[in-house]
Amino acid sequence: MRPWLLHLALIAGLVLAQFLLPPYHATNLARIMVLAVFAMGYNLAFGYTGLLSLGHALFFAAGMYAAALPAQLWGLSAGPALVIGVLGGGTMAAVVGILALRTAGVSFMIVTLMFAQAGYLTILYFGATTGGDEGFTLPAAARTVLGFDLSTDRPRFLAALTLFATGLLASLALVRSPFGRTMVAMRENEERSRMLGYDPFAVKLTALFLSGLYAGAAGAAYALLFGYAGASFATIQYSILPMLYVLLGGAGTTLGPFLGAFLMFVLIEVASGVTSAYLFFVGLALVVLVLFAPKGILGSVRERWVKWLP
Amino acid sequence: MAPLIETRDLSLHFGGLKAVDGIDFVLNTGEIHALIGPNGAGKTTFVGLLSGRRVAQSGSILMDGEDITRLAAHVRVRKGIAYTFQITSIFPRLTVFDNVALAVQSHGTRALSAKTRAALARVGLEGLETQEAQTLSYGHQRLLELAMGLALNPRVLILDEPTQGLAASEIDSFVQLVKGLAPATTVLLIEHDMEVVMDLATRITVLNFGQVLATGTPAEIRANPLVQEAYLGA
Repeated sequence: MRPWLLHLALIAGLVLAQFLLPPYHATNLARIMVLAVFAMGYNLAFGYTGLLSLGHALFFAAGMYAAALPAQLWGLSAGPALVIGVLGGGTMAAVVGILALRTAGVSFMIVTLMFAQAGYLTILYFGATTGGDEGFTLPAAARTVLGFDLSTDRPRFLAALTLFATGLLASLALVRSPFGRTMVAMRENEERSRMLGYDPFAVKLTALFLSGLYAGAAGAAYALLFGYAGASFATIQYSILPMLYVLLGGAGTTLGPFLGAFLMFVLIEVASGVTSAYLFFVGLALVVLVLFAPKGILGSVRERWVKWLP
Repeated sequence: MAPLIETRDLSLHFGGLKAVDGIDFVLNTGEIHALIGPNGAGKTTFVGLLSGRRVAQSGSILMDGEDITRLAAHVRVRKGIAYTFQITSIFPRLTVFDNVALAVQSHGTRALSAKTRAALARVGLEGLETQEAQTLSYGHQRLLELAMGLALNPRVLILDEPTQGLAASEIDSFVQLVKGLAPATTVLLIEHDMEVVMDLATRITVLNFGQVLATGTPAEIRANPLVQEAYLGA
């Protein structure tokens, strides 16, 4: 019961935040929530199942383009575009998983990275359609859902919040389910899991697929809410970011991805106001993290104080 | 009736080392069958072939007359072959409950909590559900490993040196526990402690250099001069 209350409290807090925050910050918070959905997906694969992927940008970009291209080319509206985006991310993750999950550990990192780079180059190659590096802005008509204009502040915030809340509660339900336990078992001791009758390949592929659904949802939402799709979202940077969020917030905790995305966003925001070398502060934060809280913030909190934290 | 498990001319060689070398073996339903032999006789490799952790180079393995030689390990577990590890292999950072629940839920999630508690009670670990498995004593970890095997509700339970490292009192209760499993569950036991073997086994197979040296009842094995020479050192 307590975990559900805690998660609902966070969602309630975010509902309130839109009334309290000035528009600029509310928009940033919407951005953070969408990135947190991406990180939650990454967390399912890495934090819970132990799959260290360096290719999640591909799933994010698959969702982004699966939503944005039909909107751009055929005037598809935001609702169906989001659905296609979610499925696009999931499908891409499943296809990559079928091939990449023949490997494990460092090889898995390299293979997923390779797929993501191939995806990035593919987007550039079809630049006439995808807009390549420069990308394209989405037509205004595509950015409405149920009559609400997603390019305006309040509908955008609510849309981001709805997606975030859905993703958060779904991930809580998942990790507390029997399948969630199986995912963790795969991370903790694959050979033992196999000898309990689990097919490691099937479990990991399912986890990666679910992770891809989240990444796809985030990519699609990012395009639809902020009106832009471009190849930069398929670069290695967007594979590293969700990993940093998850490591900072706490891998294998349901709230860690949001906390990590939030803090990293704020850190970059503040640091880039001070210096153009803001990545220095990001690096510094990571060194401090690795030295003093290798399990991330909520991972350490759980270990020391709040044992029931999911 | 076909035996529960049968191997025919089963072999696995590592380079020049013939770990398992043409073994014909029969495991009958309901028996407690002990597998003994000197270190390096191929006992663990042999049960690794049965459970699917290793793949045979030649020969075949039958279960109820059906060829399972090429089936993946996790499929064999679902068919009812459970393996408990020689070196304790649990999920150290998960709770005792989660360890056993993982075994139970691989066969369905109905009455998950009740079945998990029942399996823990069977080995005497009730009340420790919320403890992290790595904080258990070694003896309790061995029992947890056994509970995981039992929770699979297997037709044959393969125990690989289950009493290794246990105190004398723990061994006694372990023997009683295993005695209670048969004949509902068939047990294949690798064991070095001869007292345990003679007490538990209804039949014994002796391996040496990857081959079957003798098979028989405890009394027959004890009387066999070949066995005495190779193993019992009499």
